[in-house]
Amino acid sequence: MEFKSINQLKSLLEENKISVKEIAETYIRKINEKKDLNIFIYFDEDKINEQVKEIEKLPNNKKLKGIPIAVKDLFCTKKMPTTAGSKILENFHPTYESFVTQKLINEGSMFVGKTNLDEFAMGSATNTSYFGNTINPLSKKGVPLAPGGSSGGSAAAVAADLCLGSTGTDTGGSIRQPASFCGVVGIKPTYGLCSRWGIAAFASSLDQAGVFSKNVKDASILLEAIAGHDERDSTSSKVEIPNYSQNLNPDLNGKIIGIPKEYTLDGISDEINMVWENAINSLEKKGAKIKNISLAHTKYALPTYYIIAPAEASSNLARYDGVKYGFRSKDVNSLDEMYELTRSEGFGKEVKRRILIGTYVLSAGYYDAYYLKAQKVRKLIANDFIETFKECDFILTPTAPSAAFPLNEKQDDPIKMYLNDVFTVPASLAGIPGISIPYGKDKNGLPLGIQLLGKHFNEQEIINAAFALEKDYE
Amino acid sequence: MKLDTNTINKIAKLARIRLSEDEAKDLLKDMNSILDWVEQLNEVNTDSVEPLANISSSTLPQRKDEAKDINSSDEILKNSPDKLEDYFVVPKVVE
Repeated sequence: MEFKSINQLKSLLEENKISVKEIAETYIRKINEKKDLNIFIYFDEDKINEQVKEIEKLPNNKKLKGIPIAVKDLFCTKKMPTTAGSKILENFHPTYESFVTQKLINEGSMFVGKTNLDEFAMGSATNTSYFGNTINPLSKKGVPLAPGGSSGGSAAAVAADLCLGSTGTDTGGSIRQPASFCGVVGIKPTYGLCSRWGIAAFASSLDQAGVFSKNVKDASILLEAIAGHDERDSTSSKVEIPNYSQNLNPDLNGKIIGIPKEYTLDGISDEINMVWENAINSLEKKGAKIKNISLAHTKYALPTYYIIAPAEASSNLARYDGVKYGFRSKDVNSLDEMYELTRSEGFGKEVKRRILIGTYVLSAGYYDAYYLKAQKVRKLIANDFIETFKECDFILTPTAPSAAFPLNEKQDDPIKMYLNDVFTVPASLAGIPGISIPYGKDKNGLPLGIQLLGKHFNEQEIINAAFALEKDYE
Repeated sequence: MKLDTNTINKIAKLARIRLSEDEAKDLLKDMNSILDWVEQLNEVNTDSVEPLANISSSTLPQRKDEAKDINSSDEILKNSPDKLEDYFVVPKVVE
């Protein structure tokens, strides 16, 4: 049995055609059948059954009553351990609930498990996790594909129909890129729309929670559930959260869509450019006007990101010292040795690489040349978007430079791996919202995503446009 | 080549991460190629550009300085790999 949408399952529940217990049984069975994909770091049937009893008592007007949700294992959850995909947080049992997961619990959702991710969300293929690779459910026999990353487990969980929605975090593309690879909808809202409280920190000026779903309407339902101000995150915004799902409107008459010339890159396949072209034509047919725009500093976004994100990570990850929680190296003779060996054994290669780069660019004598310089270029990148949005309502681009690639393909060269985020990082640096929806397939039948970018706190605009485009493939 | 083995070991010491010789060699290669790649930012004229540290459009709010009891010491200590009574235990620091 496959449920197509949140509203469909909610109706069945309200009409007593299915019980919360049956929903739990259905998804437990599905997850057990797909264990070989390694989508979940934590999955425990008993924990799901415990929730059933609580959820059954809730009134039907709870927006997500009984809806199965998978949670990226970067969100602290009180009833399930949290690892951030790292050995250093093995056996960590948070004593508090993250803001986002608490909001989902409050609305009655059922957590089916914690999904795999790149270690501390650092990666683009869910292949840096201490708990092994996740396999893209769309893989053909014999050729396992990457689900993208870092929220690869959450994207794969929706694609494999192991939940109706999942949480992700996006620092440089970690929701949008895996959504594109797995053929699902993924939205990264404006920086500050959802509280970061209880999310293991990677790069705090960029980290943003968001959601995956099977369709745009479900994404809008989930987003309005997790958004909101929280005084425990001083960067969380006080804007009023619109009722995105009720305001859904596919009418694009008079809208102006920016097409940035800098997103036409050498070496990008014709198929990706074709999908982009198709989406442009479709928007035009639906009454929108196309405007060619320029985001002049686009090419500098990736190098800027790979200074700022590691710098913030090196500072954020200083807390993993083997004293307060998680893994501690055995047989040490001094405090310093305990720190050094704990971190050496507890962190994986990519995390170490980023901590060291971050430490270097923040160190005395190099701070101005690297970190400060990157913050200045970041300002120019953000300004490009602000200026451009004076002339257009939203921007349309491809989501990723390729379809899902075979696992392990791009591991040797870090810069090649970093290029996965070429279309997603600029919006992250500017803090603007972005949504990726599947829009066509390549010659191997793999989904390709397109990305819509909007003004700060104007999620409704890009959700509406995505809603309109989604109809082309219904 | 921006980094040599000495520099990388110095950074590793600052970050409290012990590297094996092989690891240091590997990381040296990767980090040098990453640092060469980010060098392209020098093409951008950033004279008179303010660095962007906080993208949040609102200014950071102030709140009343009030004590709140949100964590018990039991909860704080719960995940510690080694504890004694109300304390975290670490290797001896003072002889």
